[in-house]
Amino acid sequence: MLLTAALVAWLLYRPVGRPELTVATANNTDMILMQQLSPEFEKQTGVKLNWVVLGENILRQRLTIDISTGSNTFDVITIGSYEAPLWGERGWLVPLDDLGADYGYDDIFKVIRQGLSYQNRMYAAPFYGEGSFTYYRKDLFQRAGLEMPLQPSYEHVRQFARTLHDPEHGVYGICLRGEPGWGQNMAYLSTLVNTFGGRWLDLDWKPQLSSPEWAEAISFYVDLLRNYGPPGAITDGYNENRALFANGNCAMWVDATSAASYLLDPSQSRVATTTGFAKAPIAKVPNGASYVWSWAFAIPTSSKRATVAKQFIKWATSRQYIVTVSKRFGWLRVPSGSRESIYENPAYLKVAPFAPLVRAAIMNSDYTKPSALPVPYVGIQYVGIPEFQAMGTEVGQEISAALAGRATVAQALALAQAEAERDMEGRSRK
Amino acid sequence: MTTTAKPARHLHARSLLAPSVAALLLWMIVPLVMTLWFSAEHYNLLSPGKTAFAGWGNYLDLLTHRALWVAMGNTLILVGLVLAITLIFGTLLSLLLDQDFPGHQVCRLLVIAPFFVMPTVSALIWKNMLMNPVFGLFAWITRSLGFGTIEFFSRMPLLSIVVIVGWEWTPFAVLILLPALQSLNPEQVEAARLDGAGPLALFRHIQLPHLLRPMAVVAMIETIFLLSLFAEIYVTTNGGPGLASTNLAYLIFRDALLGFDVGRASAGGVIAIVLANIVGLFLMRLVGRNLEDLR
Repeated sequence: MLLTAALVAWLLYRPVGRPELTVATANNTDMILMQQLSPEFEKQTGVKLNWVVLGENILRQRLTIDISTGSNTFDVITIGSYEAPLWGERGWLVPLDDLGADYGYDDIFKVIRQGLSYQNRMYAAPFYGEGSFTYYRKDLFQRAGLEMPLQPSYEHVRQFARTLHDPEHGVYGICLRGEPGWGQNMAYLSTLVNTFGGRWLDLDWKPQLSSPEWAEAISFYVDLLRNYGPPGAITDGYNENRALFANGNCAMWVDATSAASYLLDPSQSRVATTTGFAKAPIAKVPNGASYVWSWAFAIPTSSKRATVAKQFIKWATSRQYIVTVSKRFGWLRVPSGSRESIYENPAYLKVAPFAPLVRAAIMNSDYTKPSALPVPYVGIQYVGIPEFQAMGTEVGQEISAALAGRATVAQALALAQAEAERDMEGRSRK
Repeated sequence: MTTTAKPARHLHARSLLAPSVAALLLWMIVPLVMTLWFSAEHYNLLSPGKTAFAGWGNYLDLLTHRALWVAMGNTLILVGLVLAITLIFGTLLSLLLDQDFPGHQVCRLLVIAPFFVMPTVSALIWKNMLMNPVFGLFAWITRSLGFGTIEFFSRMPLLSIVVIVGWEWTPFAVLILLPALQSLNPEQVEAARLDGAGPLALFRHIQLPHLLRPMAVVAMIETIFLLSLFAEIYVTTNGGPGLASTNLAYLIFRDALLGFDVGRASAGGVIAIVLANIVGLFLMRLVGRNLEDLR
């Protein structure tokens, strides 16, 4: 009797073809929180989510192969502002212009939205965004009688680093990315070259690595980091530097704004109360001195569940989602840098003293004019062409050789120029 | 009767073998042919619709480029040095562990343990806990002795990787050499001792000749794995600084998964196959001759 009742109940209420979505995402903090909150979305919509969570680099490789070979593995993918316009241009992504009037397109930072668009159609919805700026240790500066200007120059940075460099006590004047890779050392170095007045390519798409601007910028970097940086900087990427700064080993660090909330969290950082913020340093020109980036969700055209996938993207990138995170985890941990409204929210501004600077860093960057010289490409810390991944990685390796002292800057840049020319050859081939 | 049955039985046996042979052949041939095919094409995953026949283009591109030769040299240095380290230390450790001392069984177990740690994990431990110039154990030791720090991965990237890989593979050599040593006839050793052979003479004339064959096995197996060494490089140096620690496997990875250039990467793969066969042939000859000499 009971068994029959149970059977009838199961027949009546069993999930009939419950839709499923396969979501590929990175294992960054904000995405992990999203995964923890996703049962809420599943409850609201009855959709079942399957997660594929990978490290940034592996994710990028996996998704590129997946989408370029047209295999139909994922319904929602996590990509950056480098991929979105390129893949949109190739027709690999579903346009995301129709998420509804209540989605609040106007609330998204204009530069972030444009960065994810191709010919004014948005192909990926931003989850969080970031710029770059300077972190410094207020206590060390105060003790040495120094003051960090709101807009430091690289000459300031060099002097501060020299004064504060104290390796005996485990404090290094400056930490910067040294690990080779287009998303590692070259992301930072592109901004440095930009502000020294240089560019990656001229209007004929010819690599400019042998130009005097590159020589000056890279010499400055090698000199600064070798003299006042931590030992072994060539293996330090974003994560390693964040750990060094959080442990109190760096007096200054120029990197992504998204590390700020981590560094202010006393459970993860020893410098939670002593970290100060300033704009990204400028050398000669302000163009492209700080970068802008966003992580965003997109739908491959091969997905058969685009409508449900759009529902998910709308949920995860909405204003309402930010409120949900703040209720569960506090305002310091909300995804930031994509929507302007949180920068007017007093609750957020109270816990995030760096917020106005982040906002300024994002709003002041113009990724269509990365250099003072004219360029044929878009992108500040990258070049928005498919050849850039190979070119950036190879150039990054050569520069790390100069940083390690295994080659002079001139030698490294000559080799880098040859590598870059070889990579750009493919572009001219019909 | 018997004369006619024999070929028929052969045929029968062959037809039974055929499916598995065919499956194995497909398993091997299909990827190989695809690699050969792609290696003759200009094919970048990020520029679809731009594929074109390249002929020898990709090979010429690679062979005229510095990176390939550097990578090939690094591959051979890596294999050679790691083989030397593992064989020397493997033999010494085996001789030591062959002795009867209290706790020798626990000791044997501990010596073999590194082999069972995943390559990425051991590389991470070496990179962040031992060789790191700020947090690492080695840096702490040299600093407390007043010598300053050594930047392992900038100063000697290839050597650092050799040390890590050598540490991983020495247990493997012990795993093969220790049982071989134990299989040595104790009466023979005793007889040599009675004839007045010291430990060195014993090693030179009895133990070493006995170990040559298992050593050859160790060398062969390790070469196969070390030619395609990747995880340790990926985790520690990313092939850098410059090309100082880029081997063939890492170069192919760089072309295929960082540049998405399928054509160039496939050509690199084919060159790697050729290199592996040359090294393999050379090693076989060498090993074969050694064993011949023994007889």
